[in-house]
Formats: sequence, structure tokens, C-alpha cells
Amino acid sequence: MRRVLLRVFFVLALPVLLVAAWWLASDGSTNVFWPPLRTILQTFPDVWTADRLKDDVLPSLLRLTAGYACAAVVGVAIGTIIGSYRRVRAFCEPVLEFLRAVPPPVLVPVIMLFAGIGDTMKIAVIASGCVWPILLNTVEGVRAVDPVMAETAKSYGISGVARLKDVVLRSASPQIFAGLRQALSIGIILMVISEMFAASNGIGFTVVQFQRSFAIPDMWTGILVLGLLGFLLSMVFQVVERRVLGWYHGLRASTRRSP
Amino acid sequence: MHALVVSGLQKVYEGSGRRVEAVRDLTFTVEAGELVCLVGPSGCGKTTLLKCMGGLLTPTGGEVRLAGEKVSGPPPGMAFVFQEYGRSLFPWMRVGENVELPLKQKGLSKARRRELVSDALESVGLADAAGAYPWQLSGGMQQRVAIARALAYEPQVLLMDEPFAAVDAQTRADLEDLVRGLWRERGITILFVTHDIDEAVYLGQRVIVLSASPTVVQEQLKVDLPDERDQLHTRVAPRFAELRTHVYEQIQSAKRGTPSLAKTDTPPPH
Amino acid sequence: MKGLNLALGAAGLAVFLALGEVVPRLGLVKEAYFPPASRIADALADELSDDTFWTALGDTLTGWGLGLLIASTAGIVAGVVISVVPYLRDATASTIEFLRPIPSVALIPLAVLLYGTELRSVLLLVVYASFWQVLIQVLYGVQDVDPVAEETARSYGLGTWARVRHVLWPTALPYVMTGIRLAAAVALILAVTAELVIGAPGLGQRIAVAQNSQAVPEMYALVVVTGLLGLLINVGARTVERRALAWHQSVRGEVAV
Repeated sequence: MRRVLLRVFFVLALPVLLVAAWWLASDGSTNVFWPPLRTILQTFPDVWTADRLKDDVLPSLLRLTAGYACAAVVGVAIGTIIGSYRRVRAFCEPVLEFLRAVPPPVLVPVIMLFAGIGDTMKIAVIASGCVWPILLNTVEGVRAVDPVMAETAKSYGISGVARLKDVVLRSASPQIFAGLRQALSIGIILMVISEMFAASNGIGFTVVQFQRSFAIPDMWTGILVLGLLGFLLSMVFQVVERRVLGWYHGLRASTRRSP
Repeated sequence: MHALVVSGLQKVYEGSGRRVEAVRDLTFTVEAGELVCLVGPSGCGKTTLLKCMGGLLTPTGGEVRLAGEKVSGPPPGMAFVFQEYGRSLFPWMRVGENVELPLKQKGLSKARRRELVSDALESVGLADAAGAYPWQLSGGMQQRVAIARALAYEPQVLLMDEPFAAVDAQTRADLEDLVRGLWRERGITILFVTHDIDEAVYLGQRVIVLSASPTVVQEQLKVDLPDERDQLHTRVAPRFAELRTHVYEQIQSAKRGTPSLAKTDTPPPH
Repeated sequence: MKGLNLALGAAGLAVFLALGEVVPRLGLVKEAYFPPASRIADALADELSDDTFWTALGDTLTGWGLGLLIASTAGIVAGVVISVVPYLRDATASTIEFLRPIPSVALIPLAVLLYGTELRSVLLLVVYASFWQVLIQVLYGVQDVDPVAEETARSYGLGTWARVRHVLWPTALPYVMTGIRLAAAVALILAVTAELVIGAPGLGQRIAVAQNSQAVPEMYALVVVTGLLGLLINVGARTVERRALAWHQSVRGEVAV
């Protein structure tokens, strides 16, 4: 019981302290850019109504999901092909290294040329930014399949779809997830930026509108929402990862105990 | 009927301008239901030989026949137990799934698969471990799982590549007795590769001594110990000592590269 | 083998460039949207002979380098302090878990209000994003310290500072290097983003200007420049990491974290 209480204390103490400090420090603030936390929190329910969630947050999330899912499917599929053949890998590597190194946000103006300023543009931007970390990590993971495991599969006649599904992709999954994690933060960045460039709805659009119209407390609530969104998405990702990679964490813990 | 016939097997590795002849000319047979041990000096191409037999490598010359059929890829009648148990079991699957996976590929019904899996796990003494992950088990237990996977596959021939080289001595003795027990119970054909002379003599009905690389058969030796063997008595029997000394000398001369005079299938005189 | 791989890689690059030339020329995509590679190359040559381009490159590199330096220093110091002071790690864990995934672009409106298009806007975004990369890796690294080595150091009466210097730091160093390598890539992304979206001077702002004035080949040329810059930073960071840690086993086999 004491240990549980201690844990709860450790989890809550610093956040509570920080929020309290913010509250107190900003309480009497007359600086327009730093409104009191009290004001921000009072504004919050007025700004983020159910309608706003439906009209701005939901479209953003749908676009992010669509782009991210496209990137995941394409990245894993092409990454598996490239990772499976040494020659193909050598052929593609320099080009891939270059494409990965392009900072994803500069894709926004490029893709706007092709796809205009609608949902297609935003989904394409998110997908084309997220695909590289997923693709390159898949290549690495597929390439690094343990030779003994590959031979085991071969000697037991495990080939074709079963080999891909039960051996290659499972063995590469820790690497693939590392790529998916990087892609998630890139995806959120691109979701916001593409809406700041050109949009008629979305979280990024709303927050910039607030800033341009000098609705400072409203803008602060927008920043909070973006922060919360980033945190929640990362939690969801962690839950999924724990489920899928439970074996990997267990394996690592057991090899660490007995080197 | 010969279960396994290896004739004139040769394997040459070629790469970056170098040509390495790992196996020169190997000929031997294994009868159905036999337990044969292959021993040889370290680095003598045992693993190469085994991979050629298992269809994982294509021989440069000669051929391997399993029950009369020429081996040209991993044959369904052969199961492999690797030395590196930790890397040969899939860590993302539970023990039961690991044993079951090859059976799914064979297209067996679910009921039949379940039957084979639980039977195999029971016969290696791991009936309770089906739900565990391999890395939750000790090294010896992991190798038992690998053996169970091979048993459930119902092979005509079981190939074991130094399976106990990486476990501690106690566990190793248990596993040796397990293999002998399974062999006697089930009447399967086993080809067991090892670098440990004692292990070869203790386990085998017959020991094939290989030369240093490029490999040929140095000698074949019938182990005329009684079928009832146990760690305590067999290993101190005078006959065991004679046999192991004989094999030891053969391997020493194999290392020096002197060809053996006695290429027969008879045991050395008492 | 290595020669063959190099040749294949060069062939891949050649095919990529050839496609970039042929696809628009055949009219498979509109030339106005995707100019042939040769026209992009011309535009790139024009850029390279333009002084304002070099100023913009300098601005981007300043934002990137300064931001990376601040973030790395802060990340290392914070990481070591959190690990050394008792209970601090437990106390900060939840806060770090919460703050880390907050997208730094959320700060863009704030940066605009506070600093406009000044360098400080860029720094705010760059530092926030790259700080976590370094901090997290330092914390991973310290976790990796062999408890036996730590106990030994304690039993020989080494003080806190000596333990940090001789036990903790050498173990954590490879992780610190990884953290800085990751942070370097993230810092470039955020520096360009800040320029592109806020309009702080630099390559990103030049891209925005090219886009607004419909100078499509110039825009592509600048995108290529940012890509090359990113490539240089990635390769450079990996080389430094390998050189500095040639002795360490972690360089030989990398694990996915």
C-alpha cells in the first residue's frame, strides 16, 4: 500500500507543482501574450465545444490516420521487397538515403502544386513524409533476419506467405515499430503544418486563426489541445506496441538478466 | 532399405577468387531406425555436410538420397535440430505455436496438429510449457522444445547438428538420455553430429569418424555396447573406454592428416 | 562485392535522375508542376551563383547549429542531473512522458507572437524538438550502467562527481552520441519548418518565396539543397559517432529502441 501511494506521489507531484507554478506566476499577468492560466482554462470549454471537435479536430485526425495508414502499408510493402534482395537494396540505397534526408515539411509546397489545397494534398503530404522512416526501418529489419531462423524456416518447409507473415515480418517488427514511432511524430507535425499553409478547417488552421486575430487565450487553449493530442496519440501507440512487441521486450529483459 | 544414402558428396565454396573445398568425397549410408553419430575434428565441415543432407545447401558433386529420393531442397521427410536453439525457435511465438507452425505448412487438420503438438511436448517432458515463450525457459528446455518440434514433424530422418554443444554438462546428460529414449521408443532414424567423442560413443549404434577438411570418411565404427545405457554405468565400462580411446586416436590422426588403414565397419578388437 | 554495390548504387541514382528528366518530357506529369531534372539543375546552378542563397544557407545552418548546441547541452546536463540526484528520476518520469510527445509545431503561434521572424523563433522550435531526443537517450544510457561497476566505484569511496566521470559518462556516451545524431536530423526539420511557416530568413523561407512567385524549378532546386543538407548531416553525424566510439561494442550491433 505504501509503495502504491509513493508511486502515485511520484507520478503526480511534479506535474501538480508545475501547473501550480504556472498558475501562480501568471495569475496577475497583464502581459497580453501570457494570459493567466485561470483565463486560459476558463476559455477552454467555450472554444473546444462538441461542434468544434467535430468540425476541426475530427477532420485533422482523419487526415492523419489516412496518410499514416497509406505510409505504413506502402513503407512496409516496399521495404520488405527491398530488404529481401541484396542487389535491389544496393541499387536503391543512395536514392532512398537522399529522399529520407529531405526535411518533410518542404514537401508541402511541392505537393500543393499537384494536389491543390484540399484533403488530398494534406493526406499526400502526411503519407509522403511518414513513408521514409517506415520504409528504411523495414529494409533494415528484413535484412537482419537471423540466418539460423531463416534456415529453420527453410528446413521445415515454411515458405511463401507463411514465411513472410510468421517469420520475416515478425522478426522485423521491432525495427518496423521504431520506424512507425518516428513516422507518428513526423505525421503530427505535417498534419499541423499542412493546415497552417492552406485549409478551411483543422486544428492547425484554428490555432493560426486565433493567433492572427490576437485571440491569445484561445490560441493558448489550441496549443494545449495540440499537446494533449500528441500525448494521447503516443499513448495509443505505446499500448499497441506493448501488445505487438510484448515478446520482444520480454526477450530483451531475459537476455539482459543472463548475458 | 537404406533410410539415407550419401554418395560421393562434394562441396566447394567459391567466392572472391578463393576456392575452398569443404567436403571432398563422402560416402556412407544410414539404415532405417538407426542412430548414427558423426564425429570429426573441429572445423571439419560437419555442418556443411549436414546442410547438404538437409537440402539447405546444394552439393557441388555427388548426391544425397532420402528413402530413395534424391534430395534437392529441404525434404518433408527430414527434420533439423540446430545447435543455436535460442535463434532457431521463434521468440514471438509461444512454445506450442513454435511446434505447430511447420505442421500448418504441411496442411494437417487442426485436431491432428493439436494431437501431435501435445504428444511431442509430453514426450520431451514439457507438457505444461505450451503457453510459455521460449525465452522464458532455460537453455536445456529450449532445446527440448526444438526436439519436440522435430518430433511433431514426424520425419523419416532426424538430423541433429551439435544440439547440446551450448548447454551445461548436467543438462547435456539429461538431453542425451532423452534422445536415446525417444529413439528407442519411436524407432526413428537419427543422424547426430557432434564434436564430443564421449557423446558420440555413448549415444550411437555406429560412429562415423570424419577427417579434417576437405572431409572424407576416416572410419566407421560399430559401437558394441548394450542397448540399455545409462550415464552412470555405461561411461565407466571398460569397453566404453576402449571405444572412446579408439575414436580419439582416429581423430588425432585425422587432424595430422594420416589416412586411416582400417576403413571397415568392424569394431576394434577387445 | 563492395565495388558491385557502389556500381549498383550509382546506377540507381542515374535511373532516378533519368526518370526525373524523361517523365516530365514525355508529358506524364505537367512540366509546370514537375520540371525535368536538367531544368532543376540549371536553377540550382543559378542559386549557387546567387549571394542571397548563401546567406539563406548560412541562416538555416545558424538556426540548426545553435539550436542543436543548446538542446544537446541542456539535454546532457538535465539527463545527468536527473540520474544522479536520488528520486529525481522517479519524480520526473511522468512529466517527461507527457511533455516529450507534444509536437513542437504547436509552439509556432506562440513563437510568431513572441519573436516574429527573428532567429529566436527558429531556436524555440529547434531546441524544444531536439532537447527530448538527447535527454531520452542520456536516460537510456545511464540505465545501462553496469550495477557491478557502480557498486565497485561506491565501495572504493568514489564521490558523486568521480562516479559520473568514470562510470556513468563512459557508459552513457554511445547513447549520447545516438541522441545527438537523432537530434541533428530533427533540428534540421524544425529549422526549415520554422522558416517555411513563420518566414524566418533561411532556405525554408526562400522555398516559400519561390512557391508564391511560381518559380517552380527554383523551388525544386531548393528542396534538393535541403535534401543534400540533410544527407550531409546524417552521414556526418554517423561518421562522428563511429569515429568517437570505435572502441565501443554498441557501434557494431545497433538495437532498436
